[in-house]
Amino acid sequence: MSDDYVVLERLKLAYGETVAVHDLDLAITRGELLALLGPSGCGKTTTMRAIAGLLAPAAGRIFIDGADVTYTPPSKRNVGLVFQSYALFPHLSVFENVAFGLRIKREPKPSIDARSRAALATVGLEGFARRNPAELSGGQQQRLALARSLVMEPKLLLLDEPLSNLDARLRLEMRTELQRLQLETGVTMVFVTHDQSEALALADRIVVMKDGIAVQTGTPEEIYNRPRDVFVADFVGFDNILYFRNGMLTSDFGSTDTGEELPGSDALAWRPAEVILGSGPMQGRVIGASFAGQYREYVLDTGLGKIKAQAPADAPPHTIGGLVAFELPLAKAHRLPGTGK
Amino acid sequence: MKRNLWVARIVIFLTLAFLIGPFLIIIAAALSAGSSLAFPPQGFSLRWVIAVFEVKSFRASFGLSMFLAVFGTVASLILGVPAAYAVTRYRIPFGEAVRMAVAAPIIVPGIIVGLALLRYLVIPVGMTVTLALFLAHTALVLPYSVRVVSASLENLRPDIEEAAVLLGCSRFGAFARAVLPNIRGGILAAFILGFVTSFNQVPVSLFLSGPGVRTLPIDMLAYIEMTYDPSVAALSALLAFLSIAIVFAAERFLGLSRYV
Ligand SMILES: Nc1ncnc2c1ncn2[C@@H]1O[C@H](COP(=O)(O)OP(=O)(O)OP(=O)(O)O)[C@@H](O)[C@H]1O
Ligand SMILES: [Mg+2]
Repeated sequence: MSDDYVVLERLKLAYGETVAVHDLDLAITRGELLALLGPSGCGKTTTMRAIAGLLAPAAGRIFIDGADVTYTPPSKRNVGLVFQSYALFPHLSVFENVAFGLRIKREPKPSIDARSRAALATVGLEGFARRNPAELSGGQQQRLALARSLVMEPKLLLLDEPLSNLDARLRLEMRTELQRLQLETGVTMVFVTHDQSEALALADRIVVMKDGIAVQTGTPEEIYNRPRDVFVADFVGFDNILYFRNGMLTSDFGSTDTGEELPGSDALAWRPAEVILGSGPMQGRVIGASFAGQYREYVLDTGLGKIKAQAPADAPPHTIGGLVAFELPLAKAHRLPGTGK
Repeated sequence: MKRNLWVARIVIFLTLAFLIGPFLIIIAAALSAGSSLAFPPQGFSLRWVIAVFEVKSFRASFGLSMFLAVFGTVASLILGVPAAYAVTRYRIPFGEAVRMAVAAPIIVPGIIVGLALLRYLVIPVGMTVTLALFLAHTALVLPYSVRVVSASLENLRPDIEEAAVLLGCSRFGAFARAVLPNIRGGILAAFILGFVTSFNQVPVSLFLSGPGVRTLPIDMLAYIEMTYDPSVAALSALLAFLSIAIVFAAERFLGLSRYV
């Protein structure tokens, strides 16, 4: 139990009869920025609520800083939570929303003022102090929710999709801000997102969740390069996943003889950039084409189902409806062990 | 098309006439110079309006009615706000049954409630009439308190309480600081509705009167049996204006119609 700040032990979380999270084991290191990544409804918010103490676990234990807090009320945990729904106080001004927690703690008035102003400045809302939360845009409300938690300087900060409503530039700014905060204050952060690029960019470690189960835990590099199964692979951008069986590549839609022998019945995965376009033994019809700056992305309708491929933007474009040759190079395939059907 | 329009106009006119007509007749009768309650009034004077303030029993019964309306409604809110909170926030066992029980006083005819209180509390136990009246009015107003406060609780997102708790509040502190300020309007609306309901209440209070203890409406009934002069009309008009003033103020400042 060296430097683990939060430990979840066989945590089971349920709403009445429906189990939302099954036997979750997780250790979060002090000062770490951990991302919970997964599709909608996989139990991310539920996990955060349990750590914060808003949801009593059906089974298992929660430790924070070495102490068993499984039955500790939320107000005693020193945990900050930025709600996915913001949960701003509608009867208080922007400033008073931020000052709320400091007032409960009976901080001296000058300190409340100074710290609340500083927190509002951090999220770029210094000009909005006297407004009502209802008079803010969605992104501004989200930043207010962030400021309200930041001002308390919690040891553990839980962020439930805190950047989902921000435009690209603000999102980058807030990301940088979170990273600066982590470095300067050593706060431990858990950060929920269903955006894989955000998790990869920001997190020290990522937990990929599916249907209430932590499927894979690892550094962004591990998750990105060595996904453990088809689900994780699909989530981190391996858009083409096929199964290799008896010398045949198969999918739910068809199969193709590759003329090669590979042992086992593994799944093979390629990112769009790894598909060779313009030459190769297979053919597909272009049914989608989109320009993405550096490259063009194509969707091909093939005997193996839909294949996603990329070509450099300066290569001559393929037209929708045309036939294109392509190859799924076996040498580049990522093997996903033990998941073949 | 045109015929339908005429029918609609006639219906609207009749509705308004029946709603407002009696009120206008009462006012006219109150301003009569004659000495018996009559319409059309004989002459014009303010003597009966002034006379109202000189009837001693009216002063006492007005005091009692005010007391019942204020404290009965406050008591109903003290019971009703937690009840509304429990029914809207938690899936409590028999929640539906609780809702029904709380609504019972408006479903059971008031005259039965009054008779039952007299028969089983005042007579055998010796409970004072004032206390019985207080209990009856509290129960009578409770359904409105629960319903109006529930409505404003349902419009309030539950997560702000959790936010308050995470910012250091106790459960009760979170209710006081995050919930109460946001349902203040609903509570005031419930108070006004309860006040008016209690103040105008006749059937429940009918059996619950004793020597010198009568609510104002019952006192007016008694008065009219003895003396058939326009002062009752004057008092009615004054009370009607008081009610209208209260409801207008509520609509103006709180938007009462949102809650009812
Ligand atoms: N209050 C509730 N009562 C019953 N079931 C719930 C409740 N809240 C969530 N669930 C269920 O629990 C599961 C996990 O929900 P959760 O809110 O944790 O998902 P999430 O990963 O945060 O999703 P999203 O990305 O959409 O926010 C879902 O299947 C959801 O339907
Ligand atoms: Mg969620």
